[in-house]
Amino acid sequence: MTAPASAQTPAIAVRDLTVAYDDRPVLWDVDLDVPHSVLMAIVGPNGAGKTTMIKAMLNLVRPAAGQVEILGQSYQKSRHQVGYVPQRGSVDWDFPTNVLDVVLMGRYGALGWIRRPGEADRKLALQALEKVSMADFAERQISQLSGGQQQRVFLARALVQDAQVYLMDEPFQGVDATTERAIITILKDLRSAGKTVVCVHHDLQTVPDYFDWVALLNVRKIASGPVAEVFNDTNLRLAYGGRVAFLSRDSAAPATAQPTPDYED
Amino acid sequence: MFDLTSGQIEIQLVAVVVAVACALLGVFLVLRQMAMMSDAITHSILPGIVVAFFLVQDLSSPFLIIAAAATGVLTVSLVELLNRTRLVREDAAIGIVFPALFSIGVILIARFAGGIHLDLDVVLLGEIAFVPFNRTTILGIDLGPTALVMMTIILVINVLFVTLFYKELKLATFDAGLAAALGFSPVIIHYSLMSLVSVTAVGAFDAVGAILVVALIVGPPVTAYLLTDRLWLMLVLSAGIGVAVAILGYWLARYLDASIAGSMATMTGVIFIAGYLFAPYRGLIAIALRRRRQRWEFAGTMLAIHLLNHEGLPSAQQENRIDHLQDHLNWDSRFAEHVVRWAERHGSLTRQNSHLFLTEKGRQRAREAIVR
Repeated sequence: MTAPASAQTPAIAVRDLTVAYDDRPVLWDVDLDVPHSVLMAIVGPNGAGKTTMIKAMLNLVRPAAGQVEILGQSYQKSRHQVGYVPQRGSVDWDFPTNVLDVVLMGRYGALGWIRRPGEADRKLALQALEKVSMADFAERQISQLSGGQQQRVFLARALVQDAQVYLMDEPFQGVDATTERAIITILKDLRSAGKTVVCVHHDLQTVPDYFDWVALLNVRKIASGPVAEVFNDTNLRLAYGGRVAFLSRDSAAPATAQPTPDYED
Repeated sequence: MFDLTSGQIEIQLVAVVVAVACALLGVFLVLRQMAMMSDAITHSILPGIVVAFFLVQDLSSPFLIIAAAATGVLTVSLVELLNRTRLVREDAAIGIVFPALFSIGVILIARFAGGIHLDLDVVLLGEIAFVPFNRTTILGIDLGPTALVMMTIILVINVLFVTLFYKELKLATFDAGLAAALGFSPVIIHYSLMSLVSVTAVGAFDAVGAILVVALIVGPPVTAYLLTDRLWLMLVLSAGIGVAVAILGYWLARYLDASIAGSMATMTGVIFIAGYLFAPYRGLIAIALRRRRQRWEFAGTMLAIHLLNHEGLPSAQQENRIDHLQDHLNWDSRFAEHVVRWAERHGSLTRQNSHLFLTEKGRQRAREAIVR
């Protein structure tokens, strides 16, 4: 279903967004439109405000100015259409619970207060685990998962939210090549199904292969648009300064340096 | 065997109810890594109680509980306020806030309440043995000791809270970000939990006092955490350990002719140490046994790989002999003998004179290890 998906309203519209922690601005007056059915990367150096951008879209941080609309509405109203994958390191993986239970948490939003997940929810959770090839791990204690498995579980949890818009904070962080391929296949499937997917991403080399839309961020927005148009040397240099070495002016994969993943809050 | 008076039964009932009420909330404090917040809350609600006591002049008034809950929430907010300045870390903020509030309470008592019923020892250490003397009657019917009536109400509230909002508590504790994104305000959940901790603490004052209530909030959940990796089971076990602590503590006190509250707190320690040692998977002994087994398994696999590598080759005559393992695998003869026996018992090799031969199971073991 694509309810308010008129051609004019973007999936996500960020207007004049400024976020500051105390008096330190993390995002300065950002305008950003994310169209429907794109797979978008948010890239930028450490401390560029990428995580903050995702959190502002989810209304998890209070902006100093500006607003975000998702599917033409405030987040409070579009909440049920938004799936979220936080950074893997943001939770305690020694928490006493198992994989299926974590995936079921994705259903809590649809359930609302007090109501418990039922058989139908379990079925959805198991289907999502099937999609990320983790069905055999449903009963596994979460502390026994590898980094890649943790990331798959988080992805499955977002899938059961059955959203229109997915916001993911570093879904590829600390995963092996197999998992990375598995995840990107699922993300591309989501896009094919008409969903909008936004990922904080660190590996500049894979941007042209994985994504069709990109936003370059460094506290302010440097550029955003189709990868083919805006993912170029000039914008990368503007975003990263001298910190990225470039192979050639018009290479499809212009950047060689991979900035290490950061953990902003 | 035991001839229990109704007073003794009532004391134990109060102890059980207090312990379970504390143990249920403690699970979430421990999982949120806020165990020390219980220490802060139980101390800093003192001035709230004292002020409320001055106003109503009745130590069992429900107004005291409300005042305590408000002071508890004030404590949590002050700690967060300090923490948010980024000038003071949370543990230090706790260390600043609760002694400040607590000492205000101590001064208030010493200065204005010296001669009356509210005495500092009772607040700090409680006196559960006096519980049966203060009774609640409604329309002439004796409902039982006031502390029991009050704590039972608090226990019911706590049980309802953790069962009704089980899902929300779990999500907000595991992933506060997702909880907020899904519309389950982690702030509301957090402050509800902290208010209930305050209410429970003031209710528990009568029984165990401000200091030992911390043992009941932290001890049972921490022990339960060692025993299970399911949240609901952790709640059940924590409550069960609370019951055990209360009853064992009571009888320990009887036996030693010592403070009941002190004996109960001692039992939380004893049960924790027992769990720490004997827990089936996370206990020290289980870990040591697992390490030992892994050592034998690893040595056995190493031996199997060694034998497989030389199997069928002329070098096998030399290499695959027990008395040569010292040269080739760096094992002394005693250790080599142990490993060979272990491998024989597990059917991965057979021994003829001093020559070692892999069984099919042994070959399988070696191949699997190499492939992985």
